[in-house]
Amino acid sequence: MSGTQPAARLIGRLRRWYRRAGDLGASYYNAPYRAAIARARRDEEDLFMLMVFSETLGIPNPATWYTLELQPLLLDRFHDWHKRMGMPHSPLDHFRCC
Amino acid sequence: MSAILLLVLGLGGMAAGYFVYSRFIAEKIYKLDPDFRTPAHEFEDGVDFVPTNRFVLWGHHFTSVAGAAPIVGPAIAVIWGWLPAFLWVVLGTIFFAGVHDSGAIWASVRNRAKSVGALTGEVVGGRARSVFMIVIFLVLLMVNAVFGVVIAKLLINNPGAVVPVWGAIAVALVIGQLIYRRKIGLGLVSVVGVAALYALIYIGPSVPVTLPESTAGLSPNALWILILFGYAAIASLLPVWVLLQPRDYINGLQLFVGLILLYGAVIIASPTVVAPMINFGVPEGTPSMLPLLFVTIACGAISGFHGLVASGTTSKQLNKETDARFVGYFGAVGEGALALAAIIAATAGFASLADWQAVYTSFGQGSLTAFVDGGAFILAAGTGMEVTVAATLLTVMAALFAGTTMDTGLRLQRYIFQEWGEIYNIGWMRKALPATLLSVASCLILAFGAGGADGSGGLLIWPLFGTTNQLLAGLTLLVITVMLVRRGRPTFYTLGPLVFLLVMTLAALLMQLRDFFQKENWFLLGLDLVVLVAAVLVTLECVAALRRAKGAANDESAS
Repeated sequence: MSGTQPAARLIGRLRRWYRRAGDLGASYYNAPYRAAIARARRDEEDLFMLMVFSETLGIPNPATWYTLELQPLLLDRFHDWHKRMGMPHSPLDHFRCC
Repeated sequence: MSAILLLVLGLGGMAAGYFVYSRFIAEKIYKLDPDFRTPAHEFEDGVDFVPTNRFVLWGHHFTSVAGAAPIVGPAIAVIWGWLPAFLWVVLGTIFFAGVHDSGAIWASVRNRAKSVGALTGEVVGGRARSVFMIVIFLVLLMVNAVFGVVIAKLLINNPGAVVPVWGAIAVALVIGQLIYRRKIGLGLVSVVGVAALYALIYIGPSVPVTLPESTAGLSPNALWILILFGYAAIASLLPVWVLLQPRDYINGLQLFVGLILLYGAVIIASPTVVAPMINFGVPEGTPSMLPLLFVTIACGAISGFHGLVASGTTSKQLNKETDARFVGYFGAVGEGALALAAIIAATAGFASLADWQAVYTSFGQGSLTAFVDGGAFILAAGTGMEVTVAATLLTVMAALFAGTTMDTGLRLQRYIFQEWGEIYNIGWMRKALPATLLSVASCLILAFGAGGADGSGGLLIWPLFGTTNQLLAGLTLLVITVMLVRRGRPTFYTLGPLVFLLVMTLAALLMQLRDFFQKENWFLLGLDLVVLVAAVLVTLECVAALRRAKGAANDESAS
């Protein structure tokens, strides 16, 4: 028993080091590009939001039955979006977030 | 003389600079304060402003500033002998680059992490900001044109590198997808990616690719330049995570691997420096060492480009103000070490003086080719690697550095065109694609205009690129100096380098003007004039801004 304990401790320590090195490596990989990637991700999310709200904008969407449920969940994001686009209030008649 | 001595003296000098001089600058001049709340904490948003571990920040700062330029410059400048290049790199790193880089971070951190461009507008004045935009555009234009020419030359000189250089792009694309889409851990991806890259380097020499003598009337060199710009245009339009980010990462790893291999090989092989200490028999047409040395080696001794990185991304992530010393100054030391490796490769990597002279037949010859050939000679002797594989390894390293700079440079140039479209209300110029095409066209005009129809003489622009880079450094030093004047601190340590840079840059521009006139190279003459006007404007701005700042400081102390 006493022999396995130091080994287990060593493995635990190595694992912690490996994880720490991984975190530092990931932040080295991401540090210069965080802003650009956040923007890219936001654009993707905007596209998803457009799909969810497409019926409200007059674009036929066969999946409306399902996406309708998502609308309340996207309320916050929708609010951020119209403010980012320079519209102080929601541009949609049936979807008032503020 | 043994290359090891050069290595020890150079690295020792730069280390002393870091431990002694940078401490003095940080404590007595910039007075870095560990309790100052940096913008990374003040505006922390998880995106732009993120307090970052200083080693990580140093890693990314260093790999962003170190590229092909600190290799090309020294490898050209050793034509005057090894001593001038060695002294300028070592002393430049200690007294110029380190002070400039850490100062740029300090200035930005003290001004809510604004970029140097915005700071020139705020600290110096609106006119200085316009000059800054012109200078930065010229820097980008020249660096893109020159690097296109440089990579084309590398690919022609070493056909075995064609497959690994383009294969590296495929590797980067796969890495980008694996990390971004599949969320696979960085460790595994790095190991597999680097292994794939080195496998490509190993097989590269057995599958050489050469372009036909003439394709639609274009020489291989001209065709490569066109292909490279086509690639860079596409790459600069892709989202950053697709190609630029993973490529930057691979380059970072390559940079460390390359430096360790080169320095290790120098220590094991202990080559002799065959180039003369000072070359009194320079080939005909070589310009005078004074002042041209100081613009031929910009990156590696002092470079304005560092100020852009320091104030653009680094300052937004600085955890403590005192980290500016480690990140900025030590980043400059890292770049100095790369330039030193380039000097050693280009002076000690040849069997005899005659071999060296056969490469350095005229000014602008040598450059990366000398670095690759010389470095491969040393690597082969030190590690037992085959010379062709070693040459491919170094070619790939240099081409990847230059390629990433082109890709980023073109992107930035496009932003400038888009901004001009915005300012002057030109609708089509605001769109990404037309702005990119405009950038590529301007670079191609420069590459072919300067170098003739086959683009082979494009390296003639190199010293001009150096002058614009030094002007940019001058503007950053001006911002720092004005801030020091306002705080009533000694200005000698930034004003000295500023005056030196401006004098050397103006002298170099005038000398080149005469040279281009005598050679009847009207295209470069015109370009030189444009840079000269920018240089005069920068000088006038410096005088005016410092007088204003001194006047204001005197008024304050009198009242």
